Amino acid sequence: MSITTERSDDGSTLTIHIQGRFDFSSHQAFRHSYEGADSSVTRYVIDMSQTTYLDSSALGMLLLLRDYAGGEKADVRIENCNADVRRILTISNFEQLFQIDD
Amino acid sequence: MTTDAAFGDSPLRILIAEDNQSDRMILHAILTRQGHEVVMATDGMEAVEAFHRESPQMVLLDAMMPRMDGLEAARQIKAAAGEQLVPIIFLTSLSDPESLASCLEVGGDDFLSKPYNRVILRAKINAFRRMRELHQSLQKERDLTNQRNEQMLHEQEMARRVFDNIAHRGCLGAENIRYDASPMSIFNGDVLFASPKPSGGVHLFVGDFTGHGLPAAIGAVPLAEIFYGMTSKGFAISDILREMNRKMQAILPTGVFCCAAMVDLNLKSGHAEVWNGGLPNGYLLRHDGSTDELRSRHLPLGILPADRFSAACERHAMEMGEHLLLCSDGVMECVNHEGEMFGEDRILEVLGARGAPSDVFERLREAVRSFSEGVGSEDDITILDVAMADESLLEAVEPDVLPDTGTGPLDWEMSYELRNETLARFNPVPLLLHICMDVPGLRLFSGELYTIITELFNNALEHGVLRLPSSLKDSPTGFSRYYSERERLLGQIRHGAVSIRLEHSSDPQRRGGRLLITVEDSGDGFSEQALSRSIAHNALSGRGLALVRQLCDNVRLCGRGNCVEAEFVWHTGPVDSRAGVSQRGDRHE
Repeated sequence: MSITTERSDDGSTLTIHIQGRFDFSSHQAFRHSYEGADSSVTRYVIDMSQTTYLDSSALGMLLLLRDYAGGEKADVRIENCNADVRRILTISNFEQLFQIDD
Repeated sequence: MTTDAAFGDSPLRILIAEDNQSDRMILHAILTRQGHEVVMATDGMEAVEAFHRESPQMVLLDAMMPRMDGLEAARQIKAAAGEQLVPIIFLTSLSDPESLASCLEVGGDDFLSKPYNRVILRAKINAFRRMRELHQSLQKERDLTNQRNEQMLHEQEMARRVFDNIAHRGCLGAENIRYDASPMSIFNGDVLFASPKPSGGVHLFVGDFTGHGLPAAIGAVPLAEIFYGMTSKGFAISDILREMNRKMQAILPTGVFCCAAMVDLNLKSGHAEVWNGGLPNGYLLRHDGSTDELRSRHLPLGILPADRFSAACERHAMEMGEHLLLCSDGVMECVNHEGEMFGEDRILEVLGARGAPSDVFERLREAVRSFSEGVGSEDDITILDVAMADESLLEAVEPDVLPDTGTGPLDWEMSYELRNETLARFNPVPLLLHICMDVPGLRLFSGELYTIITELFNNALEHGVLRLPSSLKDSPTGFSRYYSERERLLGQIRHGAVSIRLEHSSDPQRRGGRLLITVEDSGDGFSEQALSRSIAHNALSGRGLALVRQLCDNVRLCGRGNCVEAEFVWHTGPVDSRAGVSQRGDRHE
């Protein structure tokens, strides 16, 4: 598992790339990835194109990010999920909380 | 004596076993000068004895000695040392590889060739001392870890017992319910509840908390309390789900939640209400071999605030003998030796195989077991299977709530009146039933009382306050029109009242009593003739009061016809067949 981040040119979007398994072992790294950014970030994009697997603690981490990003007002997108990851997000009905783009 | 002990290291007790006296003396001299305490032996036998007697921390052994050679001595010393690391250095002039190898095979750790070199000997002793110390600290760590682990298991066991005490009342033992869940599954966050409803039927619940260990288990306690508490008080599935979600959202930290499915299995009407939030697909197993999916339509419990939470259920008709299957994601995610997951496809394969709905549970269990054999992930797996069955099945497990010959109230009276808009918004039945259930022994009749109070209250509300004519229900289309009309009128309600009076007195032997239920409404009232006419003339309407008449000993209309008084006499019979009997024979229409 590795997590890398990238800022848009104007600094307002933080993209978080998650490679490999996204599970409890990513807890610290994932939190640092967005807590380390400054307050000018208004939009978060989680890039799952390299994510192979997602477990329920990862769902919890996504909720923590959503809270951090402003709860109901949060702008968090989840992009490029593979079928397995998408299935877990669908079962949990996370599209009600996040914008999920395949 | 001057010593050159290495850098202040504590001296060791070292055993020297050597049959050659001059060699022995040389070694003795070198080691004592280095500050060590020396124990000497002249052959293998003496060496083993000295080892037992003096417990040296290191051994220098000549390979070839009379009586018992060094190899055998090494074997015996290593066996006696057990877990302790006692390094053995062979003293040898041998140089052929096979002899040297056999020294190591019997447990030796190193060699020292003759003639002895003081510097090398000291270096070797120091190297083994460090290894010994490392070994000791590892052992200490290991013992501590074992101790902690044991303590944790002990604590988990205690916690599980507390949880079992809360959740034990369930009817998971009913004949139409089968399940697979490890006793410690709660520490994987899995929970499984089943409870009979006072109105007949069962509530079932499968939950899967995020995470593992105590954090995953902690939310299960309030969840179980809500499930069992509210179910036994007659709350509807949607009320229970809302309360669970509210509670979970309030107490669990963000990121911890409970994927869950809940089922309200109505045995009387033969249907299931299903709510699925975050659990994998459940399945309805039909007689013809087909399956219907019970999809997750909601977010898990504990995420959404109350105003955004939806407790909407899907309703499915089920025939007698058809099954409903729910499982936690542990089933789909259990892995085999190759690290492959069981997956949805394998589940569907099991479901698709020919056979009766009743065989699927065992087949799935077996498929999962053989798939993950030896991998040890079975603790994570929770499967629940329930069959549509006859109501009488549940009565067999009911004595779970048996004789509370405790000290609840025996003689009392209360009245409770709902007014105006409250009539549209609040269902008083669970509250009133709760009060009745405090009477020792009366709990056995919670089903009957639930029906009686519900029918009388609805009767007063619908016909008395809302003035809905019962005749509307005479045709099937009118039946549904009746309920939409009821909704509309409830929305507009501004004035009106329904009062419920409960009076209980116990019989002299305290083995039963008499509950008088009086329900009065603000409406105009009905005549006894009008009532009996409507009861007599068809099946769709007027069933409420007819049911009450069957369940009660005495039902009469009073006031201006706007008040019904029902008398329920009960006693707990001999405990042989069913736990309690009321005096009426045929209890259902």
